[in-house]
Amino acid sequence: MSTTLLSRPSNESKPAEKKRSKLGFRLSILTCVFLFFAILLRGIATLPLDTSSLTPFQNWLNSVSDWIGNNRTSNPIFTFFINIIRDSINSFVTGIQYVISQPIGNNSAPLIGWFGIVVLLSFVAYAVANIRIAILVASGLVALGLLGFWQESMDTLALTLAAVVLALIVGIPLGICAGLFPRFEKLITPLLDFAQVMPTFVYLTPVTLFFLIGPASATIVTLVYALPPALRITAVALHEVPWSSVEAAISMGSTRMQALRKVQLPQAKRTIVVGINQTIMAALSMVTIAALIDAPGLGKVVIRALESLDIGSSFQAGLGIVILAVVLDRTTTAAASKVDAEMTLAISHKRHRQILIAGGVLSFVAIIFSRIFTWAGNFPGTGFIGSDIAKYTDNATNWFQAHFVNYTDGITNAVSYGLINPLQSILTNSPWFVTGIAFVGLGIIFGGKKLGIISSVCVLGIVGTGLWSDTMATLASTLVAAILTVAIGIIFGVWIGRSKRADRIIRPILDAGQVLPAFVYLVPFLGLFGATRFTAILAAIVYAAPASIKLMADGIAGVPATITEAGIAAGSSKWQMIIKVQLPSARRALALSTNQGIIYVLAMVVVGGLVGAGGLGYLVVAGFAQISLTGKGLAAGLAIVLLGIMLDRITQAIAARSTLQGNK
Amino acid sequence: MLDSQAPMISVRNMWKVFGANPEQIIGNPDADLTRQELRAKTGNTIAVRDVSFDVAPGEVFVVMGLSGSGKSTLVRCMTRLIEPTRGELRFEGEDILQVDEKRLRELRKTRFSMVFQHFGLLPHRKVIDNVAYSLEINGVGKSERHSRANEVIELVGLQGYGQAYPEQLSGGMQQRVGLARALAVDPQVLFLDEPFSALDPLIRRDMQAEVIRLHHQLGKTMVFITHDLAEAVKLGDRIAIMRDGAVVQIGTPEELVAKPADDYVANFVRDFPKSQVLTLRWIARPPAIGEDMNGPILPPTITVNNATRQIVESNLPIRVMENGNLLGVVTSQDVLNVISGSEL
Repeated sequence: MSTTLLSRPSNESKPAEKKRSKLGFRLSILTCVFLFFAILLRGIATLPLDTSSLTPFQNWLNSVSDWIGNNRTSNPIFTFFINIIRDSINSFVTGIQYVISQPIGNNSAPLIGWFGIVVLLSFVAYAVANIRIAILVASGLVALGLLGFWQESMDTLALTLAAVVLALIVGIPLGICAGLFPRFEKLITPLLDFAQVMPTFVYLTPVTLFFLIGPASATIVTLVYALPPALRITAVALHEVPWSSVEAAISMGSTRMQALRKVQLPQAKRTIVVGINQTIMAALSMVTIAALIDAPGLGKVVIRALESLDIGSSFQAGLGIVILAVVLDRTTTAAASKVDAEMTLAISHKRHRQILIAGGVLSFVAIIFSRIFTWAGNFPGTGFIGSDIAKYTDNATNWFQAHFVNYTDGITNAVSYGLINPLQSILTNSPWFVTGIAFVGLGIIFGGKKLGIISSVCVLGIVGTGLWSDTMATLASTLVAAILTVAIGIIFGVWIGRSKRADRIIRPILDAGQVLPAFVYLVPFLGLFGATRFTAILAAIVYAAPASIKLMADGIAGVPATITEAGIAAGSSKWQMIIKVQLPSARRALALSTNQGIIYVLAMVVVGGLVGAGGLGYLVVAGFAQISLTGKGLAAGLAIVLLGIMLDRITQAIAARSTLQGNK
Repeated sequence: MLDSQAPMISVRNMWKVFGANPEQIIGNPDADLTRQELRAKTGNTIAVRDVSFDVAPGEVFVVMGLSGSGKSTLVRCMTRLIEPTRGELRFEGEDILQVDEKRLRELRKTRFSMVFQHFGLLPHRKVIDNVAYSLEINGVGKSERHSRANEVIELVGLQGYGQAYPEQLSGGMQQRVGLARALAVDPQVLFLDEPFSALDPLIRRDMQAEVIRLHHQLGKTMVFITHDLAEAVKLGDRIAIMRDGAVVQIGTPEELVAKPADDYVANFVRDFPKSQVLTLRWIARPPAIGEDMNGPILPPTITVNNATRQIVESNLPIRVMENGNLLGVVTSQDVLNVISGSEL
């Protein structure tokens, strides 16, 4: 096109080969120097700290927490601002709870009993999607009741709904602004990055400091987590609208508002609905984790069961979360494709409207029913099916553990002694400055001076939290999990990227896997491998693998056909194709999948603190439980954030580097 | 025939410079650097360089150039989809660069419309609602705008497709929708930005014929952007050839082929079948001494192609006469020279 006037200045083309080998050389020097000093100076300046002892910084955090506790009812910042926000969010959530989950007044049932909700939500599903989804919703909801978790499920749903509504009210308008004004987008992108990279676990405590535990805090942390996807995807949706149609609208004399309303938003609608799907799934995932700060619902059941290592009950509740997730995800995904279909197919609107009216009347009748009859108000039965499931799960786990203990222990020990322990012992025994300098060196090698500075700030910050040793333990687990995740990502990614059939079969499983809230993954591995570090690592791998595999597969499948054809034409064998053509061409995907793998893994390894994985995650959990450790928990959260930023920046820089080389 | 009237559009010394501080480049010695040098030095790109021309009412004015020559930027500057850096732009005497947003929208709604290379149709609207869009934002009621839209849909030969969605149509039909949309408000000027470049050659030919037909039927002034010389020659009353943002020559197809202003234009027109556009005026030569002056007479306005038969069949040199004056003579040897490309 002739508007592309900016001719690229011809970059001086140093051979990429030479550059890369120089990089490899520097990396090996760095590794050797690090290992040399780490072993030579082992045991010196490792900054260990007992679980019960506190550094001055952590004591100071404790006193901040105390001060907030003492001034909550007197300081104007609280009485005029924070408490008001808390109260309004609380009433918003309790309002929704009274409608769908909590008994209201003298009734034993909420405003709408289970029967009314099943009919109403199935009808909504029909209206936004189709009859198949409506049936799925109905059976999913009934299954929740049969599991014995009707009220808990509705509590989770109420909280999710509250957070999603707030996230959309804030996120969509801001997303539109970001889509329209590049400058605004540039301004908020780092904030969104930060909110998304931060392991969800760590902002629970700071939020409770200000908003106390309970629904308000739960909603706010969920909002923080669910807002970025809503905002981002809305902005992307606007970017996706072809500029030519916007330009055409302007050339016909549209005002900016008209172009937005009549041209951009209608075309962006489908992607925005995808964003709503992402927002809902993020919210559900966070609402379950927010059980740690006393959010009502299914998450609470899981946490209680995890803490008492009650596999049966945690499986039972975990199943409930999975059902809820599947129902919400399928409905919104189907809604998105329906938006698509509506754009091109002329659906008979008249008939559609008649069906909608009939459905509305039906739902209304069902709601009335659920108010009048007891059977339609509270879910009948005592959830015996649920307790059966718990019982069978327990039996199965016991049987498995009894018969396979040698194997599971064998695997645990192999990974622990073969991978985790050596790595952890190097990292925790090395002087902090040696490891720190190694990090800064990594930063400089991949991202230049700027990244070196970021890395050193992070390293010093971690030292400042007083939790260097714990951070290194967490880092060891994270690295092991990340290495395994990337290995899995490459193997499956190559397979899926090369075979359409594998893609068709495996991708839906990966999609489903990504929908599930993080700590549901802990449950099965807890059953198999007990409360160990290894369980947390396995859960982390399973949690992180789908993202990693998908990025890798897309990278492999995205290698231009001309390149693969040239490779085949040159007579490459299958392995030569993979090793010499496809993997090198998909270098950027590999780097990105490493980045995502590390971020996901870190988030999950930390959650592993719940099941005895130790490290920083354990300190965060301990901070919830004991007031004297609040400061330490906060410091641990900070250390996680700093570690996360550093790992993210370094892997991002690697990805950016491979992009540059890929283009040359 | 066109020069006698006041111009419909008049462009004077228009510049468009991309990059930071564009104003400073104009009039600066930097402006004479090559594109790469300028970009390396200041980061700026000159997309339109000191362009001036007039478009007469009813004229089809073609802007032609290779990709990157600035023609798309020029046409966008003329509708202020891109703000020119400097220059003057008049539309029926009104200074367009000075009007405010509101007046500009009014002009866009009623006086000029645009057809785009990639159609720019709204995929979520039916054909009829695409065509009626500008009427809709003009506040025309639904039944009125639909009946008007149906008229134009019929005009471009799409009757029966009003209820279809754009993606159900072929590329050629989509561009017909684009044309109908542009015509819906009955504008005075149509700007067509490479409207047929994305189409197959056969469909492109149909669409060119369609534009010629519409031009004859409606007499709209058109500014037509293309990179295809054959298309330019076929449609244009006059053609402006652009290179690196500047207009290197403006003239009728005949003038460009007969008298290229520089090597660049000459290179451009070299492979073009000249006999299609050259008239006898351009190849008539003074009679040689002793040449027989009793041959048949032809007017100077007939093209070589159309005169070939008579010239070849005649044994005597053809006399080219205008108003009783002898302009020169033409023999079959001269025609052969034109067709084989060795002449001119």
